[in-house]
Amino acid sequence: MAALSRSEAEERVPQPVTVDLRETGVRALNAELHAPTAATYEVLNPLGAHSIAAGVNHEIDVHVRGNAGYFCAGMNQRGRIVVDGSAGNGVAENMMSGTVRVRGDASQSAGATGRGGLLVIEGRASMRCGISMKGIDIVVGGDIGAMGAFMAQAGRLVVCGDVGDGLGDSIYEARIYVRGSVGTLGADCVEKPMRDEHRAELAELLAAAGFEHSVDEFRRYGSGRTLYHFTSEHSGSY
Amino acid sequence: MCGIIGLHLRDPELHPMLGALLDDMLCGVSERGPDSVGVAVYGDERRNPPGHAAVSVLRAPGDLDVAVGGLLPGRPTVTATRVGDTTVLTAPVAAEALAAAITAAAPESLVVGRGDDLVVYKGVGHPSDLAVTYGLREVHGWQGLAHTRMATESAIIPEGCHPYSVGPNQCLVHNGSFSNHATVRRDLMRQGVSFDSENDSEVGARFVAACLAEGDDLEKALLRLGETFDGFYTLLVTTDEGFAVVRDEIACKPAVIAEHPRWVAMASEFRALADLPGIGEARVTEPDPGKVYTWQR
Repeated sequence: MAALSRSEAEERVPQPVTVDLRETGVRALNAELHAPTAATYEVLNPLGAHSIAAGVNHEIDVHVRGNAGYFCAGMNQRGRIVVDGSAGNGVAENMMSGTVRVRGDASQSAGATGRGGLLVIEGRASMRCGISMKGIDIVVGGDIGAMGAFMAQAGRLVVCGDVGDGLGDSIYEARIYVRGSVGTLGADCVEKPMRDEHRAELAELLAAAGFEHSVDEFRRYGSGRTLYHFTSEHSGSY
Repeated sequence: MCGIIGLHLRDPELHPMLGALLDDMLCGVSERGPDSVGVAVYGDERRNPPGHAAVSVLRAPGDLDVAVGGLLPGRPTVTATRVGDTTVLTAPVAAEALAAAITAAAPESLVVGRGDDLVVYKGVGHPSDLAVTYGLREVHGWQGLAHTRMATESAIIPEGCHPYSVGPNQCLVHNGSFSNHATVRRDLMRQGVSFDSENDSEVGARFVAACLAEGDDLEKALLRLGETFDGFYTLLVTTDEGFAVVRDEIACKPAVIAEHPRWVAMASEFRALADLPGIGEARVTEPDPGKVYTWQR
């Protein structure tokens, strides 16, 4: 993560700037966040609006005080974004770096296609959490719905609760840690042994997310690597 | 796309506010369906007086009330109110008798809603305009729903507008598309069911109405729908007894349910629920795929 340079930091006002979305539109909010004049922002009355704090590309703190709509914090780079409520579809979708924390529940496709950074969902996440994740780390405090980590390519998905059906269907190289039960595993997703390196990375992720579970309570899942090597020998299976 | 809202009021003190609450909710789904809007309201005694039936009609001729009155036994007074594309006729008779008299008097018209506790409005236009046309903010009642349409399966005409109200006091609204509706339509036609439109959602409504007529409750009817229909759907179905929500097993189409001691609400997106009184204390959840959620009056 790129550090905030001294000159960049000095240009910004230290006091939090408050933006009330009942008075100011999301477009104006995001324009300010894309060229920030402050280091910290408070967003009031989000009222489920879409695309709040999408496209942040600076090391700023954004606190969304309420429930966000679709694509909140999408494409985030370097920003630290907290939603004090629930988030709609595609929270932190395609995140590159930084952190996004949802204190409530998240709807479908949380962290979809994310390439980096940390997404923490303190409540539950719905279906397709981490779909096509490409390097993002996602830690969910509660349960996730069906089709989690579908076609996940890289990154880590940690679920402290239970997981729905079809976990990790057609997964590539992402690593999945689950503390509770798994409904069913998707095609080519298999349980794998927990080695010391996995315990270490899981402990690091739980600490970063602020959860205190023991790593011994988790099981690891990943790719069986039988699906994604397209060889002529398997042509009859496709 | 399409947007759905539904509100079931548990607290009678809120009944005079039903229309204002629905209007606020409608704003939250107007972007999802700018083509057409249909609204159904349960329990507004000014629009459907006690002891009367209300039947909503499209393509109604100007003198329909007189003609219908002449066909009904005892020649009761029939009142017609034109609301945009919809004309609502009320009379102190049974809903099916009034609907039959309307079809006999004006075969070119189309009955789109009938009930003794229900009024249905349908029309083509933007949600914010049609809310004014329908006088939505002035509505009273205990339950209401609305659908904003972005047409994908059939034409943008009032007949293609939801809700589909094909049984007494019943309404169904749909976000999504059924892929085997032609097959189910043929099966139902063989059983004697007739259709008013080419719309896939009407097939769902006719199927549910047929199940309810066979004695199923809402939950069983919607589970049977899940076994019979392929495709994508979030459905909200209402009757004079309650309110049910179901999504297909893949659950591509969104839905949010909020439950509060004073009300139960459902919408395609949270932003339609954001202004409901006490939303901060409500339990907000996303319905699980394939599960039927019902609330009784």
